[in-house]
Amino acid sequence: MFEATERNRRNRKVEGLFRLLFLWMTCMLILPVALILGVLIVRGGPAISWEFLFTRPIDNMTAGGILPALVGTVWLVVVALIASVPVGVAAALYLSEYAPDNRLTRAINLAIINLAGVPSIVHALFGLGAFVIFFRFGTSILAASLTLAIMTLPVVIVATRESLQTVPLAFREACWNMGATRWQTIRKVVLPNSVSGILTGVILEVSRTAGETAPIMFTGAAVFMPFLPQGVLDQTMAMSLHLFVISTQVPDVPEHMPFGVALVLISLVLAMNGLSIAFRVYLRGRKKW
Amino acid sequence: MTHAADRRDLAWWIDRTMQVLVLAGGLSAIVFIAGIFLFITREGAGFVFDRFDFREFFFSPRWTPTSNHNPTYGALALIAGTASVTGLAMVVSVPFSLGAAIYIGEFATGRVRETLKVLVELLAAIPSVVWGFIGLSIMNPLIIQVFDVPVGLNVLNSGIILGLMAAPIMTTIAEDALKAVPDGYREAAEAMGATRWQVTFKVVLPAARNGLVAATLLGVGRGFGETMAVLMASGHSVNLPTSPFDSVRALTATIAAELGETAAGSDHYQALFTLGIFLFIVTFAINLAADVFVRGGRRKYRRRGRRPAASANP
Repeated sequence: MFEATERNRRNRKVEGLFRLLFLWMTCMLILPVALILGVLIVRGGPAISWEFLFTRPIDNMTAGGILPALVGTVWLVVVALIASVPVGVAAALYLSEYAPDNRLTRAINLAIINLAGVPSIVHALFGLGAFVIFFRFGTSILAASLTLAIMTLPVVIVATRESLQTVPLAFREACWNMGATRWQTIRKVVLPNSVSGILTGVILEVSRTAGETAPIMFTGAAVFMPFLPQGVLDQTMAMSLHLFVISTQVPDVPEHMPFGVALVLISLVLAMNGLSIAFRVYLRGRKKW
Repeated sequence: MTHAADRRDLAWWIDRTMQVLVLAGGLSAIVFIAGIFLFITREGAGFVFDRFDFREFFFSPRWTPTSNHNPTYGALALIAGTASVTGLAMVVSVPFSLGAAIYIGEFATGRVRETLKVLVELLAAIPSVVWGFIGLSIMNPLIIQVFDVPVGLNVLNSGIILGLMAAPIMTTIAEDALKAVPDGYREAAEAMGATRWQVTFKVVLPAARNGLVAATLLGVGRGFGETMAVLMASGHSVNLPTSPFDSVRALTATIAAELGETAAGSDHYQALFTLGIFLFIVTFAINLAADVFVRGGRRKYRRRGRRPAASANP
């Protein structure tokens, strides 16, 4: 009575075929990237040495190392973080802990989606018009970092909001019932329980910020600087722009150099992302509620 | 007679202050997006009001801003460049992204599923300048060799690169949309004897349609606004493309390549900001549309009796 019919068999076969098709499609998205990483490692690997990482470029950037670009990227990322993390966390706190379901909240959410969706080159134009020209920061680390900060703000907001919302409502209610104010509840209960999730978002932002090129091209990144930046009003070299410059603008660059820069940049970014993901997995395993 | 206890102690003031600060943080997102529009309009206004010629801008393929005697600002070729690259990227990427979303959301389970999600996330992390470099140094010789064409920096190259770049966001949003379909739908179909792919095709995909449209729209927005990868991989020549092997130049790439060489305030400089205003308006419209679709999808389930998401507000 419950024997498989011809139709069952056919259905199972079709099901298997579809399963394979979708698996193949997934692999087609991931495999090229694995291949590309392989090529970058094979062709860029030999370029990398202590000397490459920690000396300055010489001979019109056709030889020497990438120190000023590495240091410059660190400057840009740190200043951008200082500017965006407090604002991003505040925005996430508002959306998660205070915001009623009204038009204003919807407008804020829409603005966040658009901040993430506006092309990076438009952010660059904004940075140039606002920070470099209007606020007279000149082309400087400050102008470039503020541009990056605004561009990556949605990363912090979204990660923080998600992390805040994993704290159960009962925790807050218990605290309110003790007579605590809303802020005391946030400060003593909500934030301590979500700070590691916020950190995950911050690491993710570091990775985004380090890789961006277009927003810093006209706001503070220089093609070549013989010295390291001394303060936030200096221009600086950056890894991402350096890769663009030596692979398109400078003649006679030995082939291994741009591959080396690309490898360092992508390792930096993927390491940050890996850290963020590992952190998230660890947190999920540790969660007690 | 006793007064009601005055609650305005230090804790009350701190609470009030923080509430205002936090609200300011929330409002900052609106301030920034408005600021972006205001400042690029401020820089481009001179061109928009004095020099802007609607017919020339949208219908002339002649972009020669550096010409000495007769500079022209026709953006048609640039728009065609962006459209062709984005279009090819979507043709390549939409089926694969949706397929990947279906596999991850409906077929894969447990560890496999988590691993695939992480890999897709890492795919999204690769910086666009690295993608551009890949187009330049790996795809370029490959295309020359495989298709026997003189130049490998063209619509095909940047379309493939852009497709891979747009895939993660489409996969993620599409998978979210599939996940938002209530399990009751699936269970009802399974109870009638449907197999997994029948459930997927006849029930889940139609129910998640709005979310899938939103995912595609966000992919289009991503492709439309991508700058460095398109600048490096598309060949960068002003051209109305007739085949995938033609080099083109995109709107975004034009701004990136030319802005450094213009004098602030010149016609050319303001024209580039005008391109920026155009890009801003188009991507804003795309994001708005995607948001409407996402919301439409969510509301549908709620109306049919799905428990609304727990609110953090008392």
